[in-house]
Amino acid sequence: MTALVDGAAPRVRLRPGTGAKRLRGAALTLLTVLIGLAGWELVAWWYGPALAASPAETLRAGIDLARSGALGDAIVASTRRILLGWGLGVVVGAPVGILMGRVNVVRRLLDPYIEFFRFIPPVAFVTLAIVWFGIGEASKVILIFYTSVFIVTINTIAGVLAIDESKLRAAASLGANRWQTLHAIVLPATVPHIVTAARLAMGNSFLTIVSAEIVAADTGIGALIWQSRNYGRVDWIFLGIIVLGALGFTCDRLIRILAGRLLRRYGVKM
Amino acid sequence: MVSNLDVVKKDGRARTGGPGITIRDVGIGFDGYQAVSDINLDIDDGEFICVLGPSGCGKSTLLMALAGFIAPNQGSLRLGGAEVTGPDPELGVVFQSSEALFDWLTVRQNVAFGPRMRGLPRARRQEIVDEYLGLVGLRHTADKYPSQLSGGMRQRVQIARVLANQPKVVLMDEPFGALDAQTREVMQGELDRIWRTHRCTVVFVTHDIDEAILLADRVVVMSAGPAARIKSSYRVDLPRPRQEGSAAFAELRNSLRADIGEEVRKSLRAQGADIEGAPA
Repeated sequence: MTALVDGAAPRVRLRPGTGAKRLRGAALTLLTVLIGLAGWELVAWWYGPALAASPAETLRAGIDLARSGALGDAIVASTRRILLGWGLGVVVGAPVGILMGRVNVVRRLLDPYIEFFRFIPPVAFVTLAIVWFGIGEASKVILIFYTSVFIVTINTIAGVLAIDESKLRAAASLGANRWQTLHAIVLPATVPHIVTAARLAMGNSFLTIVSAEIVAADTGIGALIWQSRNYGRVDWIFLGIIVLGALGFTCDRLIRILAGRLLRRYGVKM
Repeated sequence: MVSNLDVVKKDGRARTGGPGITIRDVGIGFDGYQAVSDINLDIDDGEFICVLGPSGCGKSTLLMALAGFIAPNQGSLRLGGAEVTGPDPELGVVFQSSEALFDWLTVRQNVAFGPRMRGLPRARRQEIVDEYLGLVGLRHTADKYPSQLSGGMRQRVQIARVLANQPKVVLMDEPFGALDAQTREVMQGELDRIWRTHRCTVVFVTHDIDEAILLADRVVVMSAGPAARIKSSYRVDLPRPRQEGSAAFAELRNSLRADIGEEVRKSLRAQGADIEGAPA
């Protein structure tokens, strides 16, 4: 302690400290993952192979299904459904949210529906979706769209309402008309909220994909999990769950990286 | 764009020094609260007016009505004879908060916003932007984003952005209110210089007495609200650029201080404060 007389010295010494800090952060992450795996191992040992699969068994199942191509097909099928439905949800939800936030008539017209349907979980519509849209891709994509669109709309409205009044006033007095204000001010000012909305919607999509693939899906991670039940393959169920988590994590990371890179000037901080 | 009639009208106004802005019996209120009432004021073309008053007296409200953001519930606001019915590029507004800047646009794009909305070709926009960025001394930061600038520089961007639209009137709502004292002083000098090279009508709202005397041709004092009115008006005939040290400056400051002090006490008393001072 007595060595810290020179005021500049500690500041210089802080630099290597930040590197050590990062290393410590990584070590903590590794530690918690290892503890998790150990816990999982313990649970698997306790319940036995009929009720739970150990990490090693899950890994083996993963390798087997990857070799046969079933795992890859499942990942591709589910990812495609999610990206399509979610993308549609963002592309529809964001403009609807902007219009609802800015145009009172649109708000009044759509608000009751948004406030009604957002409380109905997509799983309630699984049967109807299949009856109406068939057993093909359409019904699954529409369910993912359904689970995405309201959350995007509601967050976009919140973003529109949070725009500083002086920005809108400045635009108006600089000569922007209604339409110009919408695309030159309201849209860019709402981008951070839309990105947050897109991330939340991605989470919802992963929650929904399993129910969307309950019935009449022959591929997909949800289908894998449901079919495993019929075969009594607990290790496949475990694999499906792990893949779902890893895939969701990856998608969210990708959104964060892309948005952080491409939309930085709109104030998106990731 | 400019018809012959417009030119004639402009010339006519310039010769007579006729009204740029006419405020007649204006009252502004909302939700059962009458913020200001019976405001009458004629502002000449090219005149620099400062509106002073105790905080909350409705001076900003009056300015926002002049800008067309709020509709008055009594009387009329006219710009060169035409009723103000809404926001208008002829009425430029500089806001106190730099939140009014568009953060996702560079300084250059912010200044080019008005010309872009009017559909001017790119080359012409570029010329205008260069001219006004030069005027406020920001050419070197043209490609930065507002978040990379200091408070004083952001307000310069706001001023350049408004002037780039070549408005008849510039309305300024405590534009230097959020700046530190040093920066504020520099900005006041800059604004005075810009206004002298670039005459236009300015309505400048402030609660800073020295600032008003430094900048204004005429200082208008508003009474405490509710139903605030114009209490008094002072012509400032000091040569520009002005120095705070002179005797005339000090004399004017004392009169204004007494005037506003009275209103501040009145408003505090109305809110139930027990303070000393001559009753109104």
